[in-house]
Amino acid sequence: MSVDTETVRRIAHLARIAVKEEALEPMTGELNTILGWVEQLGEVNTDGVEPMTSVVDAKLRWRQDEVTDGNYPERVTGSAPDGDDGFFTVPKVVE
Amino acid sequence: MVEGVSKMGETTNSNLLQGVTGDWEVVVGMEIHAQVQSKAKLFSGASTEFGAEPNANVSLVDAAMPGMLPVINAYCVEQAVRTGLGLKAKINLRSIFDRKNYFYPDLPQGYQISQFKDPIVGEGEVIVDMPDGISFTVGIERLHLEQDAGKSIHDLHPSKSYVDLNRSGIALMEIVSKPDIRSSEQAAAYLRKVRAIVRYLGTCDGNMEQGSMRADVNVSVRRPGDPLGTRCEMKNINSMRFVQQAIDYEAMRQIEIIEAGGTIDQETRLFDSRNGETRTMRSKEEAHDYRYFPDPDLLPLEFDQAWVDEIAAGLPELPDDKKARFISDLGLSPYDASVLVSEKARAEFFEEVAAGRDAKLAANWVTGEFFGALNKSGLGIDETPISAGQLGALVDLISDDTISGKIAKQVFEIMFETSEDPAKIVEDKGLKQVTDTGAIEAAIDEIIAANPDKVAEYKEKPKMFGWFVGQVMKATQGKANPKAVNDILKAKLDG
Amino acid sequence: MTEFTKLTMAEARDGLKAKDFTSVELTEAHVSAMEAARVLNCFVTETAERALMQAQKSDEKLQSGTGGPMEGLPLAIKDLFCTDGVQTTASSHILEGFVPRYESTVSSNLWRDGAVMLGKTNLDEFAMGSSNETSYFGNVINPYRRPGDETPLVPGGSSGGSSAAVAARLALGATGTDTGGSIRQPAAFTGIVGIKPTYGRCSRWGIVAFASSLDQAGPMTRTVQDAAIMLGSMAGYDPKDSTSVDRPVPDYEKALTGDVKGLKIGVPKEYRVDGMPSEIEALWQRGIDWLKDAGAEIVDISLPHTKYALPAYYIVAPAEASSNLARYDGVKYGLRHDGKDIVEMYEQTRAAGFGAEVQRRVMIGTYVLSAGYYDAYYLKAQKVRSLIAGDFKSVFEKVDAILTPTTPSAAFGAGEKSDDPLSMYLNDVFTVTGNLAGLPGISVPAGVDGQGLPLGLQVVGKPFDEEMVLRVADVIEKAAGPQAAPQEWWKA
Repeated sequence: MSVDTETVRRIAHLARIAVKEEALEPMTGELNTILGWVEQLGEVNTDGVEPMTSVVDAKLRWRQDEVTDGNYPERVTGSAPDGDDGFFTVPKVVE
Repeated sequence: MVEGVSKMGETTNSNLLQGVTGDWEVVVGMEIHAQVQSKAKLFSGASTEFGAEPNANVSLVDAAMPGMLPVINAYCVEQAVRTGLGLKAKINLRSIFDRKNYFYPDLPQGYQISQFKDPIVGEGEVIVDMPDGISFTVGIERLHLEQDAGKSIHDLHPSKSYVDLNRSGIALMEIVSKPDIRSSEQAAAYLRKVRAIVRYLGTCDGNMEQGSMRADVNVSVRRPGDPLGTRCEMKNINSMRFVQQAIDYEAMRQIEIIEAGGTIDQETRLFDSRNGETRTMRSKEEAHDYRYFPDPDLLPLEFDQAWVDEIAAGLPELPDDKKARFISDLGLSPYDASVLVSEKARAEFFEEVAAGRDAKLAANWVTGEFFGALNKSGLGIDETPISAGQLGALVDLISDDTISGKIAKQVFEIMFETSEDPAKIVEDKGLKQVTDTGAIEAAIDEIIAANPDKVAEYKEKPKMFGWFVGQVMKATQGKANPKAVNDILKAKLDG
Repeated sequence: MTEFTKLTMAEARDGLKAKDFTSVELTEAHVSAMEAARVLNCFVTETAERALMQAQKSDEKLQSGTGGPMEGLPLAIKDLFCTDGVQTTASSHILEGFVPRYESTVSSNLWRDGAVMLGKTNLDEFAMGSSNETSYFGNVINPYRRPGDETPLVPGGSSGGSSAAVAARLALGATGTDTGGSIRQPAAFTGIVGIKPTYGRCSRWGIVAFASSLDQAGPMTRTVQDAAIMLGSMAGYDPKDSTSVDRPVPDYEKALTGDVKGLKIGVPKEYRVDGMPSEIEALWQRGIDWLKDAGAEIVDISLPHTKYALPAYYIVAPAEASSNLARYDGVKYGLRHDGKDIVEMYEQTRAAGFGAEVQRRVMIGTYVLSAGYYDAYYLKAQKVRSLIAGDFKSVFEKVDAILTPTTPSAAFGAGEKSDDPLSMYLNDVFTVTGNLAGLPGISVPAGVDGQGLPLGLQVVGKPFDEEMVLRVADVIEKAAGPQAAPQEWWKA
C-alpha cells in the first residue's frame, strides 16, 4: 500500500497539521518509504495470534470512588495561551 | 424481542405516518448517555458535582496535562454492571478501553476514553409499556463506559468559544438500543423506561435538565416491510419533549424529501429546540475517522462472575417485577400497576401508603386523587405537600368507617392544602361518621313523621328511597354511615 | 574542584556520608562543569540556584544523619519529566515555556531520597530520535570526538542531553526514558551505563508520553553500581499509573555479586545482522569471552521474529504517539498560532509547534490507525509484538540473560543520518525488542571502536529481573576495565 498526496493531505488534516502545498510531495515520498519498509510485516504468519493488549502481566487496578483531586482552577487554566473569567477560550466554534 | 416488535407493527397501524404517496414507517434507534451517579470521575479523583465554578472540578488528568494518566473508578464499573443487569443484559467479564480520537476544544486529551469493540455490557432488552396498555420490547445492543467531554459555550463572546472542563471525564454509560422503536411516542416511552430503570437501580439520577441523561436519536423512514432506510442522527437531546419533536420533524422531513424524488444523506443533524426543527450542522463535519485503538495507559478491565452475581443478588426490585407483583399479590389492575411503577418515587410512595392496608383502596387513592392533585398543581412527587403516611392514615379512616369515601375527598382536599393530618381535620371539622344507630333511627323517624305524603309516594315508587337517604344525610351533615342509613331506612319504610 | 566531578555516584555518596566534603561543594563543582560545557548543549534549562538550595538542605540532613539514600547527589533530569515550577519542554517548541504545577513520580522519588537537580536535559523532540538532532533547542554534542577530528558527533538519542551530561562529568547521573532504545543507545554512544527497567517498574506519571506501551524511565550513570543505586530510588509502585506494577523494589546494589558462575547467557543468532561492522562483532565476542571466563555458560539461542521488531515498533510507537500528542492543541498550555477558525488554529499551532520528525511520526501514526488500515498495520504489528514477546518467553525458559551489542555502530557525525529516517531508525535494531516485550535491558561500556569511540554491550533479562541484568553487566564492566573519559575539549 502506498499513499498519494491526496491521502497525505487528508491524513494531515485528520492529524490537524497544516502542510504547505509544496511540502506535500516530499512528505508523501517519506511516508511511502516508511510504509513500504514496515510492509515486511506481511511476511509474518500471524494466524491465530492474539494482538498484545498489555505489556505487563497484571490486572487493572481500581481506585475507590472518592473526591481526592481538583478544586484548583487557577492551576488548570494558568498555562492557557488564552482565557477569560476562569474559562479557556478558543476561536469561535460554529456548529 | 424482534417478535414483540413485529407484533407491534401488525397491531398498531396508528404508528404509520401518512405521506402524499402512501404510508411510511419511522424507524428509531437511540443512544442514551446516562451519567453514572458517582462522587468522583471515571479516571480521576475530581468531583462530579453539578454547578461548580468553571474549571473547578477539574484535575490535572481531566485537563490532559502532559504525563497525566487515567486510573479507573471501581464504583463506576460496579454501576455499569448493575445497570447492565437491570437491562437484562450480558455482562462481559473482560472489556477493553479504547481511545476515540478527534479534535474539539472541550475534549482536552484529543481523544475520549471509551469502549469500542469490547464493551462491558452486551445484548439485553427493555420492555416498554405504552399508555394504551400495549407493551413492546426494545433490544439493547450494548452498554459501555466512557468519559464525558467538557462544555463549550458559544454565546459569551462575539468571536470566541469558552471552554469549561468540569464535565470532562465524568463517567457516562452509553446505552445503545437496536432500531426497534417505531414512533416518537415509543421513543419517549422507551427513554422514560430506561430512566426509571436507572433510577430504581440508583446508577443515574436521570436528570435531563442538568444533562445527567441525554439521547442521540437515529431516525430513518421506510415503506412498511422494506429494508432500513438511510438514517440521520440528532445528538445530545436533553428532554423527552425534544426527543419527540426531533423525531416527528425529522421523519416528516425525510418523507417529504423521498416523496419529492430525493435521497437522504446520512449525517449528523442539529436539533434546534427553539423552533423544533433539525438542520445540517454548519461546521460541515468531515467523515468521521475516530482511529479507535486500545488505550495503552490502561489494561483490560476484568472481574469475575462471582462479583457480578453478588451485585445481581443485591439488585432492588425493578419496575417490571414490581408491576407483576402489584398485579398478582396486591390485585391491582395492570393499568394502575404500570402507572404506579413508572417512576421509582411513585412506587415507593404507593408502597408506603399500601403497607398493611387495603392495597386496591390505596392504589385508587394514589393514582386517583393524589396524582390528580399533584398534576393539577404542577408538582412533582418529590414536592408533595402530604406524606405517604398521611395518605395512609386517610385510607385507614375510610377502612375503619370513621369517615365515608365522600367525606374523605373533602378531607383530602384540606390535607393537600394545609399538609395537616387527616385525623386532626376530621376532628376539627367534626366530620366523623355517625355510626350510632339510635341517632340515625331518631333522624329517620323524624323525617318519616314529617313527610307522610312522601312515604305514601314511596309505596308506589320505590325509587323515592333515594330521596329519604338524601334527607337523612342532610340531617346528619353527611356524617351518617351510609350502610346503617340504608338498613334502618329500608326496615322502617318497608316494615 | 574538578576531582568532585570525577567521582562516581557511589564514591560521592560515601564521601558525603563520611563528611569528607559537603553537598554544596559537590554541587558547586557540577554547576561549574555544567556552565563550562554549554557548547555541548546538554541542558535546556539549568537550575543552578535550586541545586545549591537543595544541596544546603541536604548538608543539614547529612549533618544530622537523616539523609536519604541519594542525599546531596547532583543529577540531571531529562526534560521529558515534568518538574514542579521548572519549565518542561520535551524539547518541543509547542511546550516552550510550559511550567508544570506538578512533579513526576520518578523525579519525586529522587527528591524524596535527597537528590539535587542541576537542570533539565535536552532530548530529541518528544523523545523521537536517535541522535538528539530533532530537538527544538538544538543538537546535543557528544563529548567524545574522533581523534584529530573536530566533527561534532551525536550523543545518541533520545536521552542525548542526559548521556552527554553524564559522560562529560556534568552530573553524577541523569534520568532517561527509553521507548525504543533511548536510554541504552545514547549510553552506548557516550561510554556510560544506561538501564531500561521492565515496563511497569518505574512510574510513567508525570513523564511526557511518547508511546505509552513502550515508554519506561531509567537511570544513566557512569557505573553499573551507580545505576543500581539510582534505579533503587526511581523504581516503585505508583497508584497513579495503572500500568505500574505493585512489587517491592529490591536492593539492587546487593545484586552486584561479581559472580556469574553457572549462569546461562543466551546469544541470539538473529542479532548477527547483515553488514554488522567487524568491530561490533569483535566487541560482542569479547563480551562472550569475558562471561565465559567468569564461569557463565554461553547458550546459542534463536529469537526468530527479531527482524520484524523494528517495523512493528514503527507502527505501534507512532500510532500511540499520534494520539498522545493530540493534547498539544493550543488550548490548555503551550504554543498557540491563531487561525481564522478553530480548525486552522489547531493546524497552524501544530505545524509550527512540532518539528519535522514529530510531524512525520504523527502522520504515520494517524495513517496506520485510520479507517481501513487499522487491521493491516496496527493490529498486525500488535500480533507480531505478541510473537516477539513469545520468542523471549520461551528463550528465558533456558537462559538467565541475553547478551547482544547495544548498537550496530559507534556514534556518528551530526547530520550524517538525519536526511534518511530509515537508516536513523536502524540504530534501535538491538534495543527495540526489549521495549516491545517490556523486558529490562542495560547497556554497559565494553570498549571502543577503531577510532576510540565508545561501544556498549546490552544485557537483557526476564521481566522484573533487573538484578540479573545488573549483576551480569557488573561483571562485563569489571572485565572491560576502566574506560577512557572524554578529553575536555569544550573547556578550551
